Amino acid sequence: MKFVENVKPDVTTDIVYMMCPMHLLKLQEQIKELEQGQILEIMTDYDGALEDIPAWCDKTGNEFLGMEETDDFYKFYIKKLTR
Amino acid sequence: MKKCYFDHVATNPLHPEALEAMMPYLKEEFGNPLSIYEYGTRAKKAIEDAREKVAALVNSKPAEIIFTASGAEANNFALRGIALAKQNEGKHILVSRMEHHSILNSARFLEKSGFVVTYLSVDNKGNVDPAAVRKAITKDTVLISVTHASSEVGTIEPIKEIVKVAKEHNIIVHTDAVATTGNIPVDVKDLGVDLLSMAAHQFYGPKGAGALYVRQGLRIVPLIYGGIQETGRRAGTENVPAIVGMGKAAELAKKELQDRMAYLRPLRDRIIDTMAGVKNVFLTGDRENRLPGHVSFCVEFIEGEAMLLLLAAKGIFSASGSACSSKALKASPVLLSMGIPAGLAQGSLVFSLGSGNTPEDVDYLLEEFPPVIKRLRDMSPFAQGWGDSDKAGECKI
Repeated sequence: MKFVENVKPDVTTDIVYMMCPMHLLKLQEQIKELEQGQILEIMTDYDGALEDIPAWCDKTGNEFLGMEETDDFYKFYIKKLTR
Repeated sequence: MKKCYFDHVATNPLHPEALEAMMPYLKEEFGNPLSIYEYGTRAKKAIEDAREKVAALVNSKPAEIIFTASGAEANNFALRGIALAKQNEGKHILVSRMEHHSILNSARFLEKSGFVVTYLSVDNKGNVDPAAVRKAITKDTVLISVTHASSEVGTIEPIKEIVKVAKEHNIIVHTDAVATTGNIPVDVKDLGVDLLSMAAHQFYGPKGAGALYVRQGLRIVPLIYGGIQETGRRAGTENVPAIVGMGKAAELAKKELQDRMAYLRPLRDRIIDTMAGVKNVFLTGDRENRLPGHVSFCVEFIEGEAMLLLLAAKGIFSASGSACSSKALKASPVLLSMGIPAGLAQGSLVFSLGSGNTPEDVDYLLEEFPPVIKRLRDMSPFAQGWGDSDKAGECKI
């Protein structure tokens, strides 16, 4: 897993306490709203996201920048590369 | 025989226009809102339209409305969902003694799970004192839940003032607005609450539909896990017809609210004023600051259940205390918390009026009710009194 610090996101989505597959649905929904090159932050406590979000990025051709861990949840950073 | 339904806090008849709106979704529009073909997209659109109407009724954003199956579910969801989401910040919760069992029993469940609950007392009119809220707050308090109005005594609580106190300490506030939404103005922004529960059948919508307003940005732990319905916060295939009916009922309530209130108040006041002339009948709750169609009494020396049955035999349908305490034959904890003596509390009766009630219904009630009291008192072993009627004090009309 790639860890990052102090990433400045353009958009943040808070889905803490939401379970599978909300992390993927929100990811899909939010990425559509972004401009190419912008960064999305997803806050979630769902462990499945650790595997799913990087895999989703691979599959869709977006860049997984990395993640940050807090006491209660994870923050994932995704850069939109697709048009 | 004449039939007069005076139990609108128990439930209301479905508005014909709500039924009409629901019909296609009980028949040909049976699709699952999650399906991506046309049956599903039409059902999904129907739910989103309903969400907009419910949001408009309480002045929220549509995304802040989560549909549930009932007001009780919304209350359980609010209490447990916020307590669990906030437990790392503190484990203390405040609820009033006026609350519905869906709040009180959720609070008891949380107590068993390690939370500390303070039950706020009320004055003899059923008002929660914001100063008592301030006093009860500790550094561990994470949630305050106070009903917007008690369906048992009709008193409308000072929610705005309670919110003001809570916000000084950054504490989340929930209100159970099941009895008020659609019956008096309910505006989440004006009240300042973070969460608010409502139920469709309390404003002429169908049973089986309720909603919880959750302020945008607030984290809540789901009560029901499963699919992605309600953005993952409340799983389960949606009750599309009921939600559509709730939407229509909300639209009508918003449009007709002032007229409905203006119609009910004089009917309510006539019952209160006339019954003031009957000896040892006490109004419970606040005389002025109460639900527009709500009248509640404690009648001394006789039992509520007995009055209920004799009135029902005359075609007058009312309630004695809250539905659950009536079935359990227990003195109402709400009345006891207001300082009403246990004996007097046994004689409680609630008449709740709705748009279907006419002035003639009220005439009929006022004609039949005093003889029922007299008949029962003539039979009562306590007819000479048990000497605590003076304790009712401020409750007296």
